[in-house]
Amino acid sequence: MNRRKAEEYFFRVLMFISSTIIIMVLLHIIYSILKAGLPHLNWDMISKVPEGGYYFGKGGGILNAIVGSLYVAIGATSLAFAIGLPVALFMNIHLTKWKKVVNGIRFLMDLLCGIPSIVYGAFGFTLMIFFGLRTSLLAGIITVTVFIVPIMIRAIDEVLMTIPRGLFESALSLGSTKSEISYRVFFKQSIAGIITALLLSFGRAIGDAASVLLTTGYTDYIPTSLSQPTATLPLAIFFQLSSPILEVRQRAYASAVILIAIILFISLLARILTYSYKKNKINY
Amino acid sequence: MKFRFFDISRKLRNSIHTSWMIACLSLVLLIPMVLTIGLAIKSFPLLAQHPLLSLLFSSNWKPLSGQFGFYPFILSSIWVTLLALLFSVPICLLTSIHLTQYAKKWVLKIMQPVIDILAGIPSVIYGVWGILVVIPFISDHVAPFLGKSSSGYSILAGSIVLSIMIIPFILNILIELFNNIPVELSEASLSLGATRWQTIKFVVLKKGLPGIISSFGLGMSRAFGETIAVLMVVGNVAKVPTGILQPGYPLPALIANNYGEMMSIPQYDAALMLSAFILFVVVLFFNAGSRLLIIRSGKHN
Repeated sequence: MNRRKAEEYFFRVLMFISSTIIIMVLLHIIYSILKAGLPHLNWDMISKVPEGGYYFGKGGGILNAIVGSLYVAIGATSLAFAIGLPVALFMNIHLTKWKKVVNGIRFLMDLLCGIPSIVYGAFGFTLMIFFGLRTSLLAGIITVTVFIVPIMIRAIDEVLMTIPRGLFESALSLGSTKSEISYRVFFKQSIAGIITALLLSFGRAIGDAASVLLTTGYTDYIPTSLSQPTATLPLAIFFQLSSPILEVRQRAYASAVILIAIILFISLLARILTYSYKKNKINY
Repeated sequence: MKFRFFDISRKLRNSIHTSWMIACLSLVLLIPMVLTIGLAIKSFPLLAQHPLLSLLFSSNWKPLSGQFGFYPFILSSIWVTLLALLFSVPICLLTSIHLTQYAKKWVLKIMQPVIDILAGIPSVIYGVWGILVVIPFISDHVAPFLGKSSSGYSILAGSIVLSIMIIPFILNILIELFNNIPVELSEASLSLGATRWQTIKFVVLKKGLPGIISSFGLGMSRAFGETIAVLMVVGNVAKVPTGILQPGYPLPALIANNYGEMMSIPQYDAALMLSAFILFVVVLFFNAGSRLLIIRSGKHN
């Protein structure tokens, strides 16, 4: 009897330790990056593009990368939303009778979600060459869109799946067409979840380095058209960190602080929006 | 008359929306096909000249003289992935059991955002953290402790960073899995006089075994394809690694490091595309296997 208790106690301690480790690691990641980057973060970093000799430690900032990342992430998220929302709605409203087809699509989307972003990057690169494009904002946006569309579809799909069938049937019995049910009923009913899905995809798009590494190129200027190359924040961190000069590496840490701030902001925003939109939901 | 017009426009709008939905769906369904065909075509020139097996098991990597042996890269990838899995498996299992079977509500309220944030942190940040923390730790403490010297940029560093990156991913799957195991099963076991822990050991873990295995499969494929974070800490030396303190050079890092030169050396682009193709196939295989396992075990319930 005692041995049973002792065993349980032993494992409970282990469980407690492992949960604590996870919290500690998160805190430690944030703490160590803030500690390394915060002292070197200044207004110039956020408001200026690199000046001459920036990569030797002279003045300037990484505005080009911040703006470039926002361009890529916003462009890709909107494109992916324009493609992903109809697909998710179609799966849950028009294809309700074809369960097997829907499950097949879900399976395929799950597989696509699991494919590493570097593969999408390599694929985007070959597409780019095939169409005779150079590394550019457009190529980056397309690659990232392909990369986040499955994530977006699955995230919206998960939300739509939770909507009760009764709502679909009652809307149908009132004479709504399927497109009206899609956009006026299901879309409105699941708006909180859809916003979370959007922000999740946006976070993925802005944080991913491997897919844009091969397709967007890198410049010190803010792009003014889709055909120009652009810098992105993850790559700015990556390139600055591989510099042998201390000041440049310190700026990489400061850039990491900016990226982490954006990500934390997005996750906070998702929480607040989800909470505030939940109030508009029809409850059963 | 007005009503009729209105009616037609509603129908028109419905059919426009429906065709847009179908167009989007076909576009999305085209992605995997184009992806496979594109990568296959691009890597074909290399496969036409060398047999696949000799490419996979040769350790000669001299792009300039046309020798492409993927063995060091594949081996590094396997080392890093398996080690990362080894580190994260116990933590994930213990934490998920803790959170689903024992934890009070407030613990869940703390842990859920922690897991979400950890999952949302970009890989480049993990890489920075690896350089700031893990590398010095290995070169100053772990290597001397083992009686060796190391710069810190090693397979071990890569796998530590990787293990932390896949923890939230595996953990989320496991939590969902344990939450979906019927409560009646545990209740039956508890009512027979088993302790909480015995119930977990003999009922919950047994019931969830296929799901647990497939969650690790999914974590493994996630780890196999992770690029930037690993690339930053793993050292990138194209040699067959002989120990965990040695630098390695996983496949994703190979693509990311060399894409710049790939158009200037003959067949280099085919070689890099072949490595992307290998990644694609391996990840697809593990992903499909794990997901099929989940689906099949779900059907038996």
